[in-house]
Amino acid sequence: MLLGFALFLAFWYLTVEVWKLPRFAQMPGPTTIITEWLSSDPTYGLSIYSPEYYQHIWVSWRRVSIAFLLATATGVPLGLFLGWSQPFKEYVFPVFELLRPIPPLAWVPLAIIMFQGSETPIVFLTFLASFYATTLNTMLGVESIDVSFIRAAYCLGAKRRQVFWHVVVPGAMPFIFTGLQISVGVAWFSLVAGEMVSGQYGLGYLINTSYTMVQYPTMVIGMITLGIVGYATSAAVRIFGNYLMQWRTRELGMGGDK
Amino acid sequence: MSAEPVATRELALAGASAPAVLPQTGRKGEIRIANVVKIYGSEATGVRAVDNCTFDVPAGKITVVVGPSGCGKTTLLNAIAGFHSISSGTIHLDGALLCGPGRPKADPGPDRIVVFQNGALFPWKTIIENVAFGPMMQGRMNKKEAFERARAMLAEAGLRNLEDHYPGEISSGMRRRVEIARALMNDPKVLLLDEPYRALDSLTKSVMHEALLETFDRNQVTIFFITHDLEEAIFLGHRVVIMTTRPCKPKKILSVDIPHPRDYSVLTAKRFREYLDETVEAVHEEALKAFAAGERER
Repeated sequence: MLLGFALFLAFWYLTVEVWKLPRFAQMPGPTTIITEWLSSDPTYGLSIYSPEYYQHIWVSWRRVSIAFLLATATGVPLGLFLGWSQPFKEYVFPVFELLRPIPPLAWVPLAIIMFQGSETPIVFLTFLASFYATTLNTMLGVESIDVSFIRAAYCLGAKRRQVFWHVVVPGAMPFIFTGLQISVGVAWFSLVAGEMVSGQYGLGYLINTSYTMVQYPTMVIGMITLGIVGYATSAAVRIFGNYLMQWRTRELGMGGDK
Repeated sequence: MSAEPVATRELALAGASAPAVLPQTGRKGEIRIANVVKIYGSEATGVRAVDNCTFDVPAGKITVVVGPSGCGKTTLLNAIAGFHSISSGTIHLDGALLCGPGRPKADPGPDRIVVFQNGALFPWKTIIENVAFGPMMQGRMNKKEAFERARAMLAEAGLRNLEDHYPGEISSGMRRRVEIARALMNDPKVLLLDEPYRALDSLTKSVMHEALLETFDRNQVTIFFITHDLEEAIFLGHRVVIMTTRPCKPKKILSVDIPHPRDYSVLTAKRFREYLDETVEAVHEEALKAFAAGERER
């Protein structure tokens, strides 16, 4: 892993600062970025020492969290019912499939018209992509459950509702968490789209304004920060999933004797 | 087991022509399958999986159904369990109608518990939670009672110290035994085993067979066992029903007069070999037909 990072940095360093390839002429090199990032007196006014930097991270993080939690709270139940009840799926799924291909960016104008202020439209846009990923994966999770488990539960005298709670929900769990990891990723993705359009803080806003103000190093700092924060959130989701599905972690640890 | 009675040959021959329909006994778990037909798809163009199938599964005995893979024996098991409907005919359990005219599909329930081919212990529940599942779902026991009973059940089956493991952490042979313990927790009338040992290696299989016979000797529960392994069938069964290939119906019914409790020394006994010799041809014939049919379908 470290070697991968080292190679990446070396490539960046060589292309920009040593060879000075024409494509990369406007791009700041890694040494510029790192000195700027770690400087207590940054040229463009933003580094790990400026409170503003954390303000941007905090605002973005808060928006993603709200959107992600909302998407999980609505997407997981919806996905479970879609997978579990055929009539429900017949009503809802076609509508869902029609709305899903509309990219979050296309929702921007409508979101601004529908919601007051600048905060709710951004959260709404972030929510959308998240919601689709969560719902779809949860549904697939339910559909992927081995029918033997469901039959076994009925055999053992479980009622339909009990089968739902004891078989369908835990059985779909691995897919749900795969979905949540994708969902948190696309949340950051559409968050930046939203922030570039409106808002006064946030990493997407930071990237966009530093671009218009020709503060390229700050722009790249914003990008790298997004990468780090995005990675951290998706790692957090994964860790939480592994905690909830200890049966699975332990099983995989055994080397998958099946 | 090595002492062979003199009249071996006669006994074997008497067994070979066992009647399909038996007189009723007092034990629970007797299944009567009468003229059962199952057609997948429409009457005219559909696939006839089971055709006019009639035989009895006597209470308190092990009945093994043997047939080539895909011959429709699982369809029959699914009909008894209540997973599939039948097209016509009747199936009775202890005199009560499970499915028949006006009621094509039985309801699955804890009086007939299936042990599945690939195993169906819930991987997200620990062993003890799995075993206690039935009585808790049915509301017959609270958690404490069910766990206590489950612990006793596991101990009885020689499966101590597994309680808090997940199914993925124990061997597949152990998983099968746990699954049978989970079934027995519900005091079922009949256990339906759908090629439960198919995926196991032959060494594990022999251990499983002895464990199953031991369980049977302890509980005397009626067992309906499906397999395509003739040796397994004769070793386990009181009654062996050899099926024709699609559509499936009994070709030959055999009652195996080797007394229980049996152990692995039976496999080398002369009588066991005679039963095998007698039936191997019938099974092979059906396997050939199934193979030929499979070739045609492609």
